[in-house]
Order: sequence, then C-alpha cells, then structure tokens
Amino acid sequence: MMENKKTDKKAGKVKSSKPGSLPYVWSRVRRRPLAMTGLIFILVIFILSFISPLFLKYGWETIDMKVRYQTPSLTHLLGTDELGRDELARILYGAKYTISIGFISTGVSAILGIIIGAVAGYSGGKTDNFIMRCLDVFQAFPGILLAIAISAVLGPGFTKVIIAMGISGMANYARMMRANILSIRSSEYVEAATSINCSTGRIILRHIIPNAISPLIVQMAMGIASAGLQASALSFLGFGVQAPTPEWGSMLSSARSFIRDYPHMCIIPGVFIMLTVLSFNLVGDAIRDALDPKLRD
Amino acid sequence: MWKYIGKRLLQMIPILVVVAILIFTLMYFVPGDPIQILLGDSATPVQIEESRARLGLDQPYIVRLKNFVVDLCHLDFGESYMTGTNVGRELVTRFPNTLILAVFCVAVSLVFGIPIGIHCALKADKLPDRVWLFVTMLCSSMPSFWLALMLVLLFALHLGWFPSNGIGGWKYFVLPIMANSIGSVAGIARQTRSSMLETIRSDFVTTARAKGLSEKAVIIRHALPNALIPIITIAGGHFGFMLGGTTVIESVFSIPGIGNYMLTGINNRDYPVVQGGIIYIAFAFAIMMLITDLVYAFVDPRIKAQYVSGKKK
Repeated sequence: MMENKKTDKKAGKVKSSKPGSLPYVWSRVRRRPLAMTGLIFILVIFILSFISPLFLKYGWETIDMKVRYQTPSLTHLLGTDELGRDELARILYGAKYTISIGFISTGVSAILGIIIGAVAGYSGGKTDNFIMRCLDVFQAFPGILLAIAISAVLGPGFTKVIIAMGISGMANYARMMRANILSIRSSEYVEAATSINCSTGRIILRHIIPNAISPLIVQMAMGIASAGLQASALSFLGFGVQAPTPEWGSMLSSARSFIRDYPHMCIIPGVFIMLTVLSFNLVGDAIRDALDPKLRD
Repeated sequence: MWKYIGKRLLQMIPILVVVAILIFTLMYFVPGDPIQILLGDSATPVQIEESRARLGLDQPYIVRLKNFVVDLCHLDFGESYMTGTNVGRELVTRFPNTLILAVFCVAVSLVFGIPIGIHCALKADKLPDRVWLFVTMLCSSMPSFWLALMLVLLFALHLGWFPSNGIGGWKYFVLPIMANSIGSVAGIARQTRSSMLETIRSDFVTTARAKGLSEKAVIIRHALPNALIPIITIAGGHFGFMLGGTTVIESVFSIPGIGNYMLTGINNRDYPVVQGGIIYIAFAFAIMMLITDLVYAFVDPRIKAQYVSGKKK
C-alpha cells in the first residue's frame, strides 16, 4: 500500500490525508467552483426528478390536447409538447434516466472490465492471449454500434439498455486493469503475499485493486459523461428507454417532426442533456486533476 | 515497411471473420421474425413457410453459420430480406457517403482543433485559455444529434444557407460534418494543449529559442511535431467515434450511408444488411488504425525504424 504522506508542510492543507483517498479527492474537488456547480446541478436535478410529481401543478403524463405545442409561458414554464403534456414536468421526471443510466452502466462496465482484466492479467499465457483477442474483436468497431446490436437482442427497457451499454463499454476497463495487474504483479509485496500463502483472490482484492484504482476512478469519472451521451443517443435512435417515458433523447426524437413549427420542443431537452453531461465532465475533470500524480503538491 | 503493412493486413482478416461471426450470432438471437415483418399480418402460414425456406431461415444455426462464412469468403453478403437487392452492391454505393463524413470530420477536427490547442498552450492559464477550456468542455458535452437539429434550425430553416437533408453536392455535407465533429474538435484542442505544454518545457525548445529562432518557427517546426504523437492517437480513436456518430447523423440528415442502412436493417430484422454493414465498418476502422500507425512512422523516425526492423512496438 502507498505510504501515508502527512502533508503538513503547508499550513492550512488537510493534514494526514492520503493522496488518492476519498477525503483528499473531496478537498481538491471542493476548491473548484465550476466542478462544485456541476455536482450541485446533478444532485439537485436528480432529487427533483423524484420529488417533482409531488409539488408540480401538471403531471408528466397528463395529456391535454387543448394546450398543445405551447411555447414557454407563465403557466407552463417550459411549454408543452405535441400531446399537451407539460415539458417541465417531463424534463424533470426524465432526468433520472439519463443520470442513472450514465452512472450504473459505467459501474457495470467497470466491474466487468475489472474482473476480466484481472483474470487476464493474473493468469497470463494462453488465457490472457485469448481474452485479449476477444477484446480486440469487441473493439474492432465503434462502441455505440455494439450497444445498438446488443440492445436489439435484449429489447427495449431501462435495465436492458444498462446491460447493453455495460457490455459494450467494458473493453477499455479490462485493458487498463490488465495493464495495472501486469505491472504490479511482479512487485515485491505481491511476492511477499504469495510467499505467505495468500489466496489469489485475497491478493487481488487487498493489494492489487487498491493500487490500480486511481486510473480506474479517473476513467470512470470521464466515462460517466460519455455514457450519459450514449444513453440519450440510444433512445434517440429508438433503442433503450421507449416512449412515453420522457427520456431526454426520445423526447428529442419525437420533437424532430415539429422542428419547423415548434422549435422549443427540440431545443429544451437537448439543453438539459448538454448541461447534465457538462456537469459530469466538470466533476470528472476535477477528480482527474485531484488524482493526477503529476499535480500532487 | 511493406512487410509491416502486409503483416497488419493479414492480421486484420481473422479479426474481421470473428466480428462477422459475432454479429451473425447476435442477429440470430434478436427477437422478432423477419418473415413476419416482410409479409405483414395478412400472410398465410403457407406463405410464411415458403418464404422461410426460400431465405434459408428454417435451417439450424450451424448450417446457417457455415453458409454465411462460405459466402463471406466469396465476398457475397447476400440479399436483403426486405428489398431483395444485393447487399454488397448497396453497401458499395453507400460506403463513400459514410466514409466521406467520417474522414472529413476527423480532418476538420484536426484543422480546427490543433490551432486552438496551440493558442491555448501559448496563453496557458490566462483568460483566453480558461475561456477556451470551458468552451471545449461545453462542446464535448453537446449531443451531436441535438446540435445537428440546432444547426438545421439556424442554417437551413432560418437562414436557408444549407440544405437540411439528403445529398447532392458539397453543401449537403457541411451541416452533418459540423454536427459530428464538434466534440472531436474540443477533444483534439485539449489534447494539443496539454501535449504542447509538455513539449514546450523540453530542452530542445529552449535550445531552439536560444539559437534565435522566431517563436513561430520554434512552435511550428520544433515543438509541434514532437507533440503530435498523442494527438494522432486521439485522432485515430476519434475516427471510431465518428463512424459511430455517423449512424446518428445519417439518421438526422437522411444521408444514404451505411449507418442509416444498418438502422433500417435492425428495425426490419434484415440480418444480411446488418451483418454486411458491421463488417464494412469494422473494415474501415481497421484500415484507419493501420493508417494511424503509418502516420506515426511518418512523423517519428524512431517508430519508423521499429516497423522496418520488424520489432514489435
């Protein structure tokens, strides 16, 4: 394990926090106002997504044909869509899908990648070779196409799109984990652990993963943003979360036909996708800078 | 060098074959019946059975896989279930559109991204740099299909400068390329900036300045070529994203390319179409990776030496 660095050289720094540990990362991220804004935005919108039906005047699925296509006004703050449903309610309700698909699918990719990478790195030889060739095949074409193909097999739906995106994204994490394992495997402390008869699983869990975790966290932080984008792209194309569920991508897709006459329906969901992904990016950037060894002081 | 290229081309073949088998297997498991979609609801069971036999869909998996691979070796991608047209010919007609989109997107991202990155590196941490950093982050967060719609709204519907869909000349490609490449421009700009910042601190840059060269010469002739390697890596990776992104963009702009073809194929359970399309895209991707590696050799003589002597990178 890395040594504890007591950083009490500079007054006012957080003392006794290990670089790479959670309090350290949090203190670094807290100092960046843009990243904090992003974090707050995500949290606020995520919470609102669940509690908004309680206090909003209009439900997200209440159809009212008399008020269709309205531009933003005082009654409907973001306007209405082609069936008279309140846009604000739909946007807030749909926030949970983009955000949670982004998080969970990245988590699934990371876990699958870690397991496969660990197996490949630790076994070596033929198993390693075979797994690497399989990953080559997985990475032989763009990830979104693989996600579309798997999504077509599994069918539409929230959990299915998470599985599809999780599988299509795992190759990067697997390669990274394997590289980490290969470099750590020959370290002395692993040799020491093996010599006292530690089981392989224990070595991986207690020694290898904590040391490999920093680049993985960085990769995950940046990956959540692109996962969020990919999730809305998938529902834009008709895979994944389906209408009438107000996922932002599918809202854009149905608004396409009305772009000439009622452009507000096209503009609003996209702005929210952009703001959410931007927030993910800002936070991910801050985390990456916090964990970057070259920037440690 | 040619031996290296030849070796790489040979290595591509097994990967493409496995990709083909993977997609074939995935399509085998897709729920839904192409015959049903093809014939509609009013088909009689006899007609369904006839069609099924004609298209070979009643055979077991192994037999169909064998036929598929054998046909593939003859470069026969089969006929579309829906239209009956030869898939191979259709792919060949559509491939240039997709390729033009993807290649020009990468080119645009390099042409705009690198100067922006250099500009940011030279003004590091001052106001222009911070502004650009935020702008690039904003651009990487934009969904390309939304940006496409916004561009259509502004430039096609309001200003009428460019057409909003279809193909027919260079004007039809401007908006799609803009929409698809914006994220890549941002990424390349950031990578150029960090690459240049590292290179500018090197000794040889100090030497070049000490020799009295103008700053412009120092940056362009000395710093930039050395900073290029990670940028090329990123650009190569972006080509993959572009290829995936064209699927969405072709859908928005109704461009007859491979992405659009495949999407229709998946929705219609038109398996030969999907299989052929994926193989084409995997092939384009592999060729692009090879070109990226060759560009490395062109830029960095050390890598060229590795290729020529046959050492593994």
